[in-house]
Amino acid sequence: MTGFTTHLGTAAPLDQANVDTDQIIPKQFLTGVTRTGYGKHLFHDWRYLDLHEKEVNPDFALTKPEYQGASILLARENFGCGSSREHAPWALADFGYSVIIATSFADIFYGNCINNQLLPISLSNDEMNSLFAIVKDKPETQIFIDLPNQRVKVAEHEYHFDIPEHHKNNLIKGLDAIGQTLELDDKILDYENNALAWLR
Amino acid sequence: MAKSLYDKIWESHIVDQLGEDNLIYIDRHLIHEVTTPQAFAGLNEKGRKVRCPQKTFATMDHSISTRSLAIDACGPENQLQLQTLANNCKEHGIELFPVGHQKQGIVHVIGPELGLILPGMTVVCGDSHTATHGAFGALAFGIGTSQVEHVFATQTLKQSKAKSMLINVDGKLPIGITAKDIILAIIGEISHAGATGYVIEYAGEAIRGLTMEERMTVCNMTIEAGAKAGFIAPDETTFEYIKGREYAPTGETWDEAVAYWKTLHTDEGAHFDKVVELQAQDIAPQVTWGTNPGQVTGVTNAIPTPEDFSDPIERESASKALAYMDLKAGTKLTDVAVNNVFIGSCTNSRIEDLRSAAQIAKKGKVAEGVTAIVVPGSVSVKQQAEEEKLDQIFIDAGFEWRLPGCSMCLGMNDDILKAGDRCASTSNRNFEGRQGRGARTHLVSPAMAAAAAITGHFIDVRDL
Repeated sequence: MTGFTTHLGTAAPLDQANVDTDQIIPKQFLTGVTRTGYGKHLFHDWRYLDLHEKEVNPDFALTKPEYQGASILLARENFGCGSSREHAPWALADFGYSVIIATSFADIFYGNCINNQLLPISLSNDEMNSLFAIVKDKPETQIFIDLPNQRVKVAEHEYHFDIPEHHKNNLIKGLDAIGQTLELDDKILDYENNALAWLR
Repeated sequence: MAKSLYDKIWESHIVDQLGEDNLIYIDRHLIHEVTTPQAFAGLNEKGRKVRCPQKTFATMDHSISTRSLAIDACGPENQLQLQTLANNCKEHGIELFPVGHQKQGIVHVIGPELGLILPGMTVVCGDSHTATHGAFGALAFGIGTSQVEHVFATQTLKQSKAKSMLINVDGKLPIGITAKDIILAIIGEISHAGATGYVIEYAGEAIRGLTMEERMTVCNMTIEAGAKAGFIAPDETTFEYIKGREYAPTGETWDEAVAYWKTLHTDEGAHFDKVVELQAQDIAPQVTWGTNPGQVTGVTNAIPTPEDFSDPIERESASKALAYMDLKAGTKLTDVAVNNVFIGSCTNSRIEDLRSAAQIAKKGKVAEGVTAIVVPGSVSVKQQAEEEKLDQIFIDAGFEWRLPGCSMCLGMNDDILKAGDRCASTSNRNFEGRQGRGARTHLVSPAMAAAAAITGHFIDVRDL
């Protein structure tokens, strides 16, 4: 995997709380056996007026012409709640999003994003309000994400965000998490040899 | 220092300290067809092996039909996914319970039923309802597919310790109130995202008095409050349930295990980051009215108006939910009619759930215009129910009696609702479109679902 350091792009506003992973990618698209091709079904129920994805819903924020080509998604509280399906970040990344900025994320979804080089950024409610206002007013606004310095820069604003150090390092270096853990094989073996009898 | 149950399980599973993170050992890995094909593919690409196939168990549940045992009953894509699981399990030496197998069923039903889940274990599955297994005093949580691959290859996960929340449900549970009502009331109290970043320990007299199956129902919906895991300290009820089950320890090992399990409780004075108190006597039969499980109220209440919510986000969310659900604020829940009833899912498809629903089904016939299905959680539950002739009670009352699977909980199969359908469902999620695009889901207990089936609308089960 290649690493994530900085990103420059425009944003699309999904202005609602509690967006669950069933909305991000509904169940009928989970029958695949690969990690690719989910982007076309992203937000299926909201994005299309019909089951066959022929008729685009013009009222859904993300289908509006001014937000096409956006690589950053703005969202609200508890984004990615519900099902643990990793198909949700696969769909978001496949569609073209590299960064999601929201007030908060559900735990499993947050981890799934990190494991797919999709950067989840949490900002305060006030900061999100201001970001939504900017993007709704001027959709062409470029937003700069600086992961090493944990900053979001937009127009004259600059916001700091928190991210656990190990997540940050893994994203920047694009490390193979399994490969890293396998280097600790001696410690795992040692743990297993000392495990309780009924857990061996 | 006084330790919580969470501290004890966590500390006993640390393989290594990695900065502020821990490498945690995973004792049990449950898998199913939907969230594993990409993980196996990742392993195969790198030429990696499953480290502990003997600690990993597989079942088929999500993508299968509840009307037919044929693997292609839900179309070629589902068939490919099921076949991929079978091939991967064979290649990696993992025991699989395929459709038609005596031990097949919903992953969170068969795990406990087979004695695969023990107190103090760490349990993971690529499925958010893995929290179910917390009922045994295990640390059990859902993971994504990349993490499934990580567990396959290393039998460990990198994790940060979560914050801890204690939820006490004090007093005795009133007659007619079930475990489902307890957990829905809890989620209603703390909200859909109220426990994000936490693990929950459920305690108090009402929790202590629950059977193991009821405890599973409570822990199952932990994720619906946003928490990573939820558990209940093991006690005699737990040990009695596990004893004699197929994969449970026996003989001297059993005695050693029980002695150890008895140490798995929260010490007096242990620290919690948050404490929530509920009184069991205040809990009425619950019905969700919105599009997340926190949008719930007692059946005796009216549907709230958005203005009842002071928080602007909750107000907006309520308003959107009422529009999707096609409900008017102020309507009494008992005036809301349903045309579908689903009794099943990893939340409520165990034998006690079916007994409770059958008790109500006996009192009438499925109302005209209502389609009602009963989907047992496993082959074993189905057989037990048939021995007790519960199937006959359901069939006589006009319910359909199906084969085990996840079924209409998520509709990744042929059990799916149409736009505009309104369903009283014993499942765990009332999200928009969850049971079918444009369909409306109301979460209730098995008894409340059966009552809705025979009356055609929601009704306080205590009045029947």
